[in-house]
Amino acid sequence: MFSFIAARLVKAAFILLAILAFNFFLIHAAPGDPAAVMAGEAGAADEKFLQDLREQFGLDQPVAVQFYAYMKGAIQLDLGYSYRQQMPVATLIWDRLPATLLLTSTAFVISLILGVLAGVLSAQAQGTWRDTLISTLALLFYATPLFWVALMAVLLFSVVLGWFPGFGYETIGANYTGLARMLDIAKHLVLPATTLGLFFMAIYMRMTRASMLEVSRLDFVKTARAKGMRNSVIQRRHVLRNALLPVITLAGLQAGQIVGGAVLTETVFAWPGVGRLMFEAINQRDYNVILGVFFISAAMVLLFNLITDVVYGIVDPRIRVGS
Amino acid sequence: MKAFWSRFRQNRGAVIGLVLLICVILCAVAAPFVFPRSPWSMVQRPFLPPFTMDGLPLGTDALGRDVLSGLFHGARISLLVGLVSTVVALAIGIPIGALSGYFGGVVDDALMRFTEFFQTIPSFALAIVLLAIFQPSLGYIILAIAIVSWPPVARLVRGEVLSLRGREFVEAATLSGQGHLRIICAQVLPNALPPIIVLASLMVATAILLESSLSFLGLGDPNVMSWGYMIGAARTVLRTAWWLSFIPGIAILLTVLALNLIGEGLNDALNPRLRRRGT
Repeated sequence: MFSFIAARLVKAAFILLAILAFNFFLIHAAPGDPAAVMAGEAGAADEKFLQDLREQFGLDQPVAVQFYAYMKGAIQLDLGYSYRQQMPVATLIWDRLPATLLLTSTAFVISLILGVLAGVLSAQAQGTWRDTLISTLALLFYATPLFWVALMAVLLFSVVLGWFPGFGYETIGANYTGLARMLDIAKHLVLPATTLGLFFMAIYMRMTRASMLEVSRLDFVKTARAKGMRNSVIQRRHVLRNALLPVITLAGLQAGQIVGGAVLTETVFAWPGVGRLMFEAINQRDYNVILGVFFISAAMVLLFNLITDVVYGIVDPRIRVGS
Repeated sequence: MKAFWSRFRQNRGAVIGLVLLICVILCAVAAPFVFPRSPWSMVQRPFLPPFTMDGLPLGTDALGRDVLSGLFHGARISLLVGLVSTVVALAIGIPIGALSGYFGGVVDDALMRFTEFFQTIPSFALAIVLLAIFQPSLGYIILAIAIVSWPPVARLVRGEVLSLRGREFVEAATLSGQGHLRIICAQVLPNALPPIIVLASLMVATAILLESSLSFLGLGDPNVMSWGYMIGAARTVLRTAWWLSFIPGIAILLTVLALNLIGEGLNDALNPRLRRRGT
């Protein structure tokens, strides 16, 4: 198991390095002089200031030297400086990462649990009204734009019904502490996490349903049935356990989409995470922040993938042996 | 073709999807004739609710622009971006997948690592980065969506080519002296088409969702009216004029739903063996 995780870690590290190189390439492919862009962000653009910036960031050095310095800095988590916010990018991201991790992991767990549950319920009732209802709902969630469903949720559950707060991370000025604060955050989390999870719930539901139906036709299920095992035991112990494998793989692959979707959800709900930071950076054309968030979101995806790989390795020992 | 149509028709959802899509296409085609004025031009006082004035059935937005005209013109952009970005993604993914599956070995390894890299990067974040760094114009939007959507095509084509490579008709073509390129284009790829068509129909739907999300964030082409832009612009007035966000969202939902339903119908019609297994 250790060598399995180590191999995955090495692979993830290589991908992160490649993304850093890709970021460097993008900065240099951008139209215009990076110093002029930074000067514009800082609100000044005389020739001396430009020259100072070039020297400070080594932009007057050969590209190879710049590349080396960039990679060295980035490996030490120095993701550049945001002139708009007057702060290092890494600090900006670090401050907002917990909120995003809370939102994405909650959405991930909600979508996975409800998606699998709905898939099981649908597969067990294949061809009945229950199956049709769940499948139709999944089809609708799958086709709904994330930002739109978020806006409509705010409208319905916050503006009209007043059940949940429609924006923010916690009640401003309430100064709750301890359990009261946790409950307050949880209340604020309900709408963003649910709307972010809906699309993915639909994917997991469809996958679980298809996978359950596929597995239930296999020979070992027939054998279990011939042995006189109860249907509920067969479904739980034999069918679901095997049907979950492709769902886990898919969940790992979809993690990246959840992180990307957080940009939209956080924008609608004014959730103070890295997604909202990216939205603000887009409006201000704050390149260093945009690239920094991009790098961190890729790292988060790799982390999600790694967790999925490990879970897969635990659930299905063949994978560990194979690697 | 007749057999294909009769199989497609058996899927009721797919037929509904097809009818919906035809309606959207008709709106897109008719837009410049039904609404010859620019969708950006002011026609009435702002915030006119739907069904309150003749000639403006869906009312006006915050700047007094005709919402229905925006919907019709927006359909053009959604369909254009969806179709063209899918074609570009296929143009990137098919050659990579075909070369990878056909030659195997080092070529396969290198191309698949490259594909994996793009699959790992969060695609929406990458599209944002590309559009933020280059100017958000229709061309760049299409390119950005294509760049983030090709990896599944490459993997699918690779798998298909791998399974076709060892078949007798390919060996016969090799023995008859045909070159690699000719074998890939004339023998292997035509047989791999059905799953590619199904995937392409679903990719158009995803591309439309992506375009609307990018426009919502303000990364759309500022010169064209799109559904995502309409929702983004109406976001700040959600409490007072909710219909301005609601209506374009329904348009996106129905179009994407139509394409997904068609994709399922195509899957049933082109891969009848899968359908019989009930998955």
